[in-house]
Amino acid sequence: MKTIFERSRADGPTDIVTGAIDAVRPAAWIEEDLLRGEAPRIPTVSEPVVVRHYTELSKANFGVDDGLYPLGSCTMKYNPKINEVLAELPGFAELHPLVDPSLAQGALRLLAELSEHLAGIAGLPAVSLQPVAGAHGELTGLLLFRRHFEARGETSRTRILLPDSAHGTNPASASVAGFTVDEIPSDDRGMVDVEALRSTLDETVAGIMLTVPNTLGIFEERILEITEAVHAAGGLCYFDGANLNAFLGRARPGDMGADVFHFNLHKTLSTPHGGGGPGAGPIAVAGGLEAYLPVPRIVRVENGFDLEWDRPRSIGSVQSFYGNVLVAVKAFAYLLRLGDDGLREAGEIAVLNANYLQARLKETFQLPYGGLCKHEFVLSAKGLPSEITALDVAKRLIDLGIHPPTVYFPLIVREALMIEPTETETKESLDRFVDAMRQIADEAESDPDLLRSAPHVAPVRRLDQTRAARDPVLTYDLKAPRGT
Amino acid sequence: MRYVPITADDRREMLAAIGRDSVEDLFSDIPLAVRERFHPLGLPSRSESEVASYVKRLAAENEASPLVPFLGGGIYDHYIPSVVSHVISRSEFSTAYTPYQPEISQGTLTAMFEFQTLISELTGMDIANASLYDGATALAEAALMAERVRGRGRVAVARSLFEHLRRVLGTYAWGAGIELIDVPFSSSGRLDPSGLPDDISALIVQTPNALGIVERLDGLKERIGDALLVVSAYPLALGLLEPPGAFGADVVVGEGQSLGLPMAYGGPLLGLFASRREYVRQLPGRIAGRTVDADGAVGYVMAAQTREQHIRRGRATSNICTNSALCALAATVYLASVGGEGLRAIADRNVARAHELADRLVETGRFEPAFGGPFFNEFVLRTSDDPNDLRLRLAGAGLLVAAPDDLTRLGVDRALRIAVTEKRTDEEFDRFVEVVKGGSV
Amino acid sequence: MSYPAEYRYTKDHEWVRVDGNRARVGITDHAQSELGDIVFVELPAVGTDVSKGDNVGAIESVKAVGDVLAPLAGKIVEVNDDLESAPETINESPHTEGWILVLEIADPSQIDALLDAAAYEDFISKG
Repeated sequence: MKTIFERSRADGPTDIVTGAIDAVRPAAWIEEDLLRGEAPRIPTVSEPVVVRHYTELSKANFGVDDGLYPLGSCTMKYNPKINEVLAELPGFAELHPLVDPSLAQGALRLLAELSEHLAGIAGLPAVSLQPVAGAHGELTGLLLFRRHFEARGETSRTRILLPDSAHGTNPASASVAGFTVDEIPSDDRGMVDVEALRSTLDETVAGIMLTVPNTLGIFEERILEITEAVHAAGGLCYFDGANLNAFLGRARPGDMGADVFHFNLHKTLSTPHGGGGPGAGPIAVAGGLEAYLPVPRIVRVENGFDLEWDRPRSIGSVQSFYGNVLVAVKAFAYLLRLGDDGLREAGEIAVLNANYLQARLKETFQLPYGGLCKHEFVLSAKGLPSEITALDVAKRLIDLGIHPPTVYFPLIVREALMIEPTETETKESLDRFVDAMRQIADEAESDPDLLRSAPHVAPVRRLDQTRAARDPVLTYDLKAPRGT
Repeated sequence: MRYVPITADDRREMLAAIGRDSVEDLFSDIPLAVRERFHPLGLPSRSESEVASYVKRLAAENEASPLVPFLGGGIYDHYIPSVVSHVISRSEFSTAYTPYQPEISQGTLTAMFEFQTLISELTGMDIANASLYDGATALAEAALMAERVRGRGRVAVARSLFEHLRRVLGTYAWGAGIELIDVPFSSSGRLDPSGLPDDISALIVQTPNALGIVERLDGLKERIGDALLVVSAYPLALGLLEPPGAFGADVVVGEGQSLGLPMAYGGPLLGLFASRREYVRQLPGRIAGRTVDADGAVGYVMAAQTREQHIRRGRATSNICTNSALCALAATVYLASVGGEGLRAIADRNVARAHELADRLVETGRFEPAFGGPFFNEFVLRTSDDPNDLRLRLAGAGLLVAAPDDLTRLGVDRALRIAVTEKRTDEEFDRFVEVVKGGSV
Repeated sequence: MSYPAEYRYTKDHEWVRVDGNRARVGITDHAQSELGDIVFVELPAVGTDVSKGDNVGAIESVKAVGDVLAPLAGKIVEVNDDLESAPETINESPHTEGWILVLEIADPSQIDALLDAAAYEDFISKG
């Protein structure tokens, strides 16, 4: 794949933004030795070339609009286009964050109403929209834990517990928040070993981080026991909301004992993933933690809405301003569109689709944890003929026009394939996935080399990760003559 | 059915394949006690047209958006070329996930590699990552990285940081147990390098700073021993300013909004993070690397993933997963469209126009420069008027200027900070000067 | 690959070759095979005093990181600098050229707690 640096160059400078060069140069105002001798070595490329280049790049990509994207715990559901239209409205896009709140009432109202709806979904009263990703929400929530225990003088509480199936951001966030992490083993049904949990609870535990349902797609049957045990030991409960799609419209984390819950708006609430972001990770918290939430808070006042800064017990701020507002606009539009019925239906069909795939694939692939799943499930590629791996399966799916599922996660399943279809797929799409997986299982027997050398019809063949890692080349050499 | 294509017939067939009688059965694993406590939101479902109508009305209630922003403070009203939104709205880019399967993510990964190259070039550093959330968390991550590398528990911070940067840095520093030590500025508005604390992991400087002043970075690295020099820079200004890398910076961070992103009421934004090569294993966040495929063709993959949370978990260099990828793509397209000479021309225009307005305002006799140092496109003027009253009168004429809180916090009273970009017109300048002179508009 | 009979082993998949009062340490063939292509090795500083079980370094492959733990208490007297430029040596020759560090043994009685080759092979066959 060529980079923009390797495309045909044009004479500069471009005049998209400015017209003629100004007569007076900056050396009149800024010391000459602080000015560049030459312009940055970014090539000048004419607009038709720019468009062709990025159009070509886009065709070497695969998005939800291209086909089934069953990445477990990512909820790659359809991204409604009306959300995009509304987020681009100049009323939101051309609004500077430092305008007087009296001149931004529409945005503040939207953010306040969204917060109220998210509180309702969570079953927890206070919401902050400031975190801009799930991991960011996790960090914010855990800093609330710290402030809470600081205020109570409970300085011994330095440990966070989490299951061995937890997503990597959970222990990472706990570390950044200043905690140590202890893993709780999963039992033979894939759920938290409650006895192991009980035996480790003491006054050094700050709390537990749980994903519900867990990353195996299994709902913790003993969830109330788990949260009660942690609370009884004086700890708090953090729920990672990555898998909220599983029980939308049916259950609320606040009713399960959560003290802090984060949303991934770019998962459950349909905002686009953007190739890795921007997302949004708002948190909903129990009343006792509200005082510690980041500033500013969006508050209702007599004749509208305002930003409240005077909150002495707040942890401070975790993002420059008020969170990813344009992402919030998209999620807001989605909630209004779906309403209660639509939310319930989304969760229902997500779970139906996942159980359907599980039922049809469990004859062909190992299913380490059987029984009812929620919106996702985990297969293992172990036992496939010719020692074909999960990676081989993934690469061959690319040839068959389907984005691979998540592989090698959760860590407690070997050769894991984590599959989450979401509710926006047709039955035909699901059946095609089943057929593709069965074809691959057959090929593992009849033509394993085909799988090991897949993909064959992607923009590139299988890429050498080792070479990239051993001596990383992380930038294009702009100094070298072109063509090197 | 909203976005759910499954039919009643499909349901029946699927339930039969699963071996269950009803969809309700599929939720029997959620404890009844939990399901019984559930309350809906009380929200009806609505058509797309109704939703659009309501949200558009909310957009229209933002009275500030059609007004003229002379606001800065890290977020600027720059012109966004039409190509940018065209490219980022291609759904192959916008509806794709993180490029964990590189063979079908070469679009995202190639663009990441381009972005890293462009940011490294702009900042004068060896390497850059593929983005963080925003300039504030990028600065916080730089402090955390410096602490990982040097471990002294103390970081010196220029007082002249934007308020929001200082606030976010403060929260992250508290989380990490790092003490922040303020370094004052002098009457020039520049950092006062005498009396820099020793035994620190890093010195943090912003340029141009919160007073609009372009800092002198030369000589700072030599004054801080082996502590890291961390510079937070305005990327568009780096089109004409000698980059921090040239003055020995170890890490350069910044807010990338000025590179083709709308102001968006403060989000989404774009965190930039660049550093010297020696810190590659300490770098937070995603980074793309070049490699070859099985046929020897050039391709791109996520590099050094073992730093990241999905592998290193509790010992990752950061907890970041989702970043600001699509915004980084926007910045990449922006820089590709304007080119290096074009970027410098834009930066030139910003400086020239800012100085033009500043001169005209000083000429009215009601303003004087608050500091002696040079500025880029944002400046602080002391006023003989009441700044809040002046703000109101300007707003009445459709011109927006920031509240002086950021300045009062820094001990600068009776002053206003004004930002001018290439989008500001002569008519807007005339209006501004008219209001200042007390005339009616 | 066979496991040298004269080496001792740990359940963390490290081998130890005792030579007088010194111990040479590396990771086993099983470990390098699980990790995959090794791309970077983080070595401890020479002169560091360590207790048994201390984390003294890391071995990074493309998809995972393995900790290097001190199998015995002692002082680190040598590290294999060649691994900086050729980390793949551990994949190619895990029991000989791929050695990682040498330490001066502080407490020789700890050697008895290490597994012999047969016990280690038994351990990994059950895994």
